[in-house]
Amino acid sequence: MRSGQIIKQVLLLAGGIIMLMPFLWMISTSLEQGGLHNYVEAWNRVPFGTYFLNTLIVTSLTLIGVLITSSLAAYSFGTMEYPGRDKLFLLFLSTMMVPQPVYLAPSYVILAKLGWVDTYLALIVPWLTNVFSIFLLRQHFMTLPKSLYEAARLDGCSRFGYLWRVALPLSKSVIATIMLFNVIGSWNSFMWPLVVTHSEKLRVLQVGLSYFNQEQSSNYQLLMAASTFSILPLLFLFLLAQKHLVASYSRSGLKD
Amino acid sequence: MRTGSRITPYLYILPALIIVICFRTIPILASFTASFADYDIGGFHGFVGFSNYERMFTDARFWNSVSNTVFFVLGVVPAGIAIPLLLAMLLRGDLRGKAFYRTIYFLPVVTSAVAVSVVWTWLFKPEAGPINGVIIALGGDPLMWLREPRGIFEMMVSPLGLKPEGIFAGPSLALVSLMIVSVWKSIGYNTVLFLAGLENISNTYYEAAKLDGAGKWGTFRHVTWPLLSPTTFYVLIMSTIASFQTFALVYVMTPPPGGGPLGTTNVIVFYLFQKAFDRFDIGYASAISVFLFIVLLFLTIIQRRVGERRVHYS
Repeated sequence: MRSGQIIKQVLLLAGGIIMLMPFLWMISTSLEQGGLHNYVEAWNRVPFGTYFLNTLIVTSLTLIGVLITSSLAAYSFGTMEYPGRDKLFLLFLSTMMVPQPVYLAPSYVILAKLGWVDTYLALIVPWLTNVFSIFLLRQHFMTLPKSLYEAARLDGCSRFGYLWRVALPLSKSVIATIMLFNVIGSWNSFMWPLVVTHSEKLRVLQVGLSYFNQEQSSNYQLLMAASTFSILPLLFLFLLAQKHLVASYSRSGLKD
Repeated sequence: MRTGSRITPYLYILPALIIVICFRTIPILASFTASFADYDIGGFHGFVGFSNYERMFTDARFWNSVSNTVFFVLGVVPAGIAIPLLLAMLLRGDLRGKAFYRTIYFLPVVTSAVAVSVVWTWLFKPEAGPINGVIIALGGDPLMWLREPRGIFEMMVSPLGLKPEGIFAGPSLALVSLMIVSVWKSIGYNTVLFLAGLENISNTYYEAAKLDGAGKWGTFRHVTWPLLSPTTFYVLIMSTIASFQTFALVYVMTPPPGGGPLGTTNVIVFYLFQKAFDRFDIGYASAISVFLFIVLLFLTIIQRRVGERRVHYS
């Protein structure tokens, strides 16, 4: 029994070191020669401040949008009865089956027709709702007992008041999951911002880092420093919300 | 009842509905329509029947991207099942440092594909990269990694004087390098799925196996593996679907315009991207989109069908 445990630990530790190695190499290379000065150098070589700010703006505005539109839609789909409800829900779900690359080109044409290419609108508006979030929240709202709703209405609570004061406070865990998924998703999203923006002042972090990689391809210290500070915010988020995040991933079985 | 309350439910879904229709449904339908049209940088030039599809089926570069994608999927998916399954078996139950290991293995999952690609590009650097550094230190010959267009089977048998060609040369070492990164990035996620699957297997099965005197391998072979099959199947299909859509790794690690040395890392989504946004050949790109969609839809349907049957079975 004992030796079994030791073998397990040795294997897991060896695997863990292999998994961590790229990160360790990244950090040690980022500190070569210039030390911490490499970070300042990388930050100032291209406008990383702008890239961070753009990413923060896009991530927070889409998150707010997703929370509002998803709560409202999920409340309607999950607790109300009306003609056409199931067909509409199916329309929403069907879009989840189609991956982004499939509709990327026509989306670009539509954005171009709207005159939105290379604006914040193109980065934000199409992502102001998220069907998977609606789905998760709807499933949760459906589990709330109907008697709760009736009691609240008897107490003079309006329909919207029930959502705001009763249903949402009872859904904290699902909302946390939705927030984590959406923040990670928009922070890491690459293909969409790469396609719909061109100017440097609109680059988000991932796009900026990818251009930085092409321009400075032999400047490893700076590249590793830039990679490190690009990863840091989500790393902190992950370490803070690790338990909830891993549980969410394993329950909902959805990635990116 | 107030008349207003009849439309209230629709008002609640309206904001989401507008976004979904404008930025999902319409582009998806437009993709199908555009695949039958001559639509390029000059705009719409009329419908052309199946000619985009005819062009696709006779386009050697398209088939090259398909075979690269298939190689990629065939390399990534089995490794992305075997390694996480082993890790989940090791992590199962009460184990010292379980949370610590989970954190480490999960780290690459939340790290952006772009940052991961930048770091691995450096690790794979033929001249000064750390991986070749280790190989040289161990007395081996350095490899070209991301810049190596030769197929790995070709490289393995070339000392014997053989020279396999076409798909028999295998995926290029450059593509295999991308597979390694992709597997590394998804290990944590798949491990978490397998751990959840293992926890769902009732202990009574293990007790019964123990009473029957089954050894460790026998228990795995006859209890764990069959009872875990719904999870394994789910991981199999989901990794296949995800691998079919690989883009960021290819774009960053083997940068445009080429799609890797001699186009050997040019996968479907990258090719689609090139056609749509370098050439603005929207009609042709849409035909490729539809092809990709049909493949992925097929996989999703299989997943649903078999998944449902498993649920009824258990």
